[in-house]
Formats: sequence, C-alpha cells, structure tokens
Amino acid sequence: MSQVASVIPQAKPWTLNRRSRERIISFLSPIALLLLWEVLARLGILDTRFFPAPSQILSTLLTMMTSGELLDDTLISMTRLAVGFLVGGIPALIIGVVMGLNSTLRAMIDPLIAATYPIPKSSILPLALLVLGLGEASKIFMVAIGVFYPIAMNSMAGVREINRVYLDVGHNFKAGRWDVFRTIALPGAMPMIMTGVKLGVGMGLVLIAIAEMVGAKSGLGYLIWNAWETFAVDQMYVGLFVIALIGFALTLILNELEKILVPWKP
Amino acid sequence: MVTGDVAPAIRIANLSKFFGDLTAIDDVTIDIPTGEFLVIVGPSGCGKTTLLRILAGLDQPSVGAFTVSTPKELGRPENSMVFQGDSLFPWMTVWDNAAYGLRMRGAPAAQIKEVVGHYLDRIGLTRFAKSYPHELSGGMRQRVSIARAFANDPEILLMDEPFSALDAQNKLLLQEELLRIWEEHKKTVVFITHSVDEAVILGDRIMIMTAQPGRVKMLLRVPFGRPRNVMELARDAQFGNLVHDIWMQLREEVDRARSQNEMNG
Repeated sequence: MSQVASVIPQAKPWTLNRRSRERIISFLSPIALLLLWEVLARLGILDTRFFPAPSQILSTLLTMMTSGELLDDTLISMTRLAVGFLVGGIPALIIGVVMGLNSTLRAMIDPLIAATYPIPKSSILPLALLVLGLGEASKIFMVAIGVFYPIAMNSMAGVREINRVYLDVGHNFKAGRWDVFRTIALPGAMPMIMTGVKLGVGMGLVLIAIAEMVGAKSGLGYLIWNAWETFAVDQMYVGLFVIALIGFALTLILNELEKILVPWKP
Repeated sequence: MVTGDVAPAIRIANLSKFFGDLTAIDDVTIDIPTGEFLVIVGPSGCGKTTLLRILAGLDQPSVGAFTVSTPKELGRPENSMVFQGDSLFPWMTVWDNAAYGLRMRGAPAAQIKEVVGHYLDRIGLTRFAKSYPHELSGGMRQRVSIARAFANDPEILLMDEPFSALDAQNKLLLQEELLRIWEEHKKTVVFITHSVDEAVILGDRIMIMTAQPGRVKMLLRVPFGRPRNVMELARDAQFGNLVHDIWMQLREEVDRARSQNEMNG
C-alpha cells in the first residue's frame, strides 16, 4: 500500500489546474454577493423594504414551503410549462423538419413564420385571454407560442444545414421518406433542434410568469404579482428565487438531455 | 465463370448529360461484363463523377440510357455507392453505419448481424463497432464506407474517388484491403479516380475520359492477374510502362482542360 501511495504524485493545493480554479471561483462569487447583501441589509445601508436580507427571504421561503402553498404554485406553473412545451414544441419540430426537407412547404409556411415572429409574444396575452378565457388554455397557449418559434426555426435551419451527401447516401441506399426523416433529417438536425429547445424553454418560462400575473389565481407568476399587491416583498423574492431555480434546473436537465440525444458531437 | 455470351452487368448506350449549354458527358457507350473491375480515369471536370451519379440513380441522363442486370435474388439492391470524402452518418456508430443499407431494405436481424459482423471483421474494425465516426481516423472512416457498400450486397459497386482524401501510406493499405474484400465475391465495380497508379493497381480495364465534354478516349486492359500484390506490382517493369502510357494519354486531356479553364477564366 505504502509503495503504491508513494508512486502517486501529491497534488498541491496551489497547483490546481485552471478549470477547477475557475469552477471554485464561479461557485464562490454568488455566495460572496449574498453575504455582502446580508451585511449591507443588517447595517441598514440597504433599504430592507425593497431589499430584505437573504436570511429573511430564506425564512419566508421555509414558512411558505411548510404551509404547502409554494409547492402548489410551483407545481401548477411547472405543469403549465410542460403541457405548453409539448403543445407548442411537437408541432414546431415536425413543421420545422418538414420545412427543411421540402422546399414547396418552406415557400408556403416560411413567410407566415417570418411575418408573425417579430410580434412580442407577451403582447398576444390580451388576445389569448379574450379568445381562450381565464382558464388553463390561455396559459398553455402562451407557453406554446413562445416555444413554437425557436424550435420551428432552428429545426428548419438544422435540416437545411445537413450536408447533401447524407441525403445522397439515403437515396442510394433506398431510404424511404419516413426513413429519411427518422435516420437523417431528425438526428442530423438534432444539435440545432436542442438549441431551439433551450431557447424555447427559456421563452416559455418568461411567458408563463407574465401570463400568470394577469389572468390567474395560482402559479408562481400569480405569487409574485400577489406579493406586489399586498406589499409582501420577501414573498416576491421567494417567487423570483424559485423561478430562477427552475430555469437553472431546466438548463442542467436540457444539457444532460443533449448529451443523450447528441452522443456523437465531439 | 464469366463467359462471353453472358449479358453485361452494365450496358451504357449513347449516354449524354447536359447542364444548360454545358456538355458534361458526350455520347458514352460501354459494356461492363459481370465481375469486371472497371476504373475510369480522367482530368477534373470530365464528367466522371456525373456518370457515376447517373449509374447510382442520383442523377438522370439527358440523352441515352443505361441498364444494369437485375439482381438474381429478390430484395438485393442494384447498386451501392462509396462516396468521395466523408459520407458516414456522424450520428450513427460504426455498426449502425455499416448496417444502414441492410436495415433500409428490411433484412432480418440475424442476417444483419452476420453480414455486418463479417465486414467489420474484414476491415479490422470490430472493436470500433460502437465508436462514432469522429472518433476514427480518415482511413478508418473510409474503410467503414466500403464495408457499408459491401454489406448491402449490391449487384454492382460504384466508387467515387474513395481514397482521394487519404495520405499515400493509407491509400496503399486501403487499396490492398479493397482488393482483398473484393476477391471474395468479385462483384462488378465501377471505380473513379484521378490517380493513374491506382487505376492500374485496381482495375481489370481502364477507361480514359477526355476533358470536357467527357467522352471515352481509350479503353485498355490491365494485363496483371489476380489476386494482386499491391507492393509487388509497383516493382514490375510492365506496371511502370503502363502507368507511363496512360499518363501520356491523360496528359493531353489535362493540358486541354487547363487551357479551357484559362480561356474561360
């Protein structure tokens, strides 16, 4: 044992490689910021009516967690996000890939997408409320519309950027239409599709928060808006914190998903 | 046995291809007997790749036609192509790439396993079956392309400068390997190259094409028997003479192609 141990070179703390040093720094910097915030709040330099101390926010978070209201609002928002993602994302994927493969359909649909894309999605909310009412449908619609554009556009671009030789190979090996979609277009465009999914999820999160502020009695957006109306600033921060946490967790999950779906990217 | 009265594997009759005003292929006629390894050499832009793409069904002739003898067994494909440069699907493993043709024609799983296993073994990449193309060298990738075409068990094999992107050593090794795999079944091959050495090393017959428009300039038989030893061949005096003769023919065309380019440019 001792012989083996003596062979292994001893790592010295000050010879940490750049990567792990950067990882530590990026972990420490938010903590340092929170500490500074705490100190400034306690010293009364920060106005705690607007910027309550992190410890205060944390204790509110714990209270809201034990009462169950936070969990309920979080689950409701997550459900709306998930359903909206599927409702918007699946058609977007299919339409995008088909547009990439078929120039006639591209000529037909592309102008529609290009014309409606610049409309800020949040500005459609009143129309969505008008048509779909105050129920779940309007929330899901808002998420779906936010998810649709980035996924459709990136899927189309992803397919169009596939090297032509792969389509020639498919043709030469007698791949049918469905085979070309399944074995060439979809996997070939997958890196760009994943980029679209990430952008779409981010957009969906923005839109669900806005939609819940205006036309809802539940969800994290409602929680934040309600905190403004009752001037419960610490609860507002809890809502913001949880949304940030969801965004962060989704990024991690999507990065892992990308590694599974695109195992061939170096 | 290939006998004289057997119908040729490929019969090309008065085939031409135009791209607008440009004549890429001009009235090519040739019979390629079953089991022959035909190599087409010609200067860049002589339409040799276009000809191969037409045979592969990726392009249509403007005038004339070609026929390929139909496969004797049901379900076997007429042709498979080895493309120039990287054409393996980056998103599939070596195994899935090699199995692609068989899967597309719905071959039974047991057959796929046996055939793909066999060809990966022949190209010495069995232990890379689960690797992705980016994890392989250029030479290894091109070997997988060859395995993909052979595993599909087509009536004829079409190869479009498959080794042109490789370094000299790798090229030699792959030529040797290709001949070894080909000897197993001696399928009809149409192989395109701009390398005269390669043409003589591999071919039974060599078709020299003219510079644009591409016509058949000359057809000549390679006198070496089979199986061939690639390394030994290079020492043969006859090899040197043949390479020299072909190069002289080709040179006229290369010069002509160059002056055409200068006139156009």
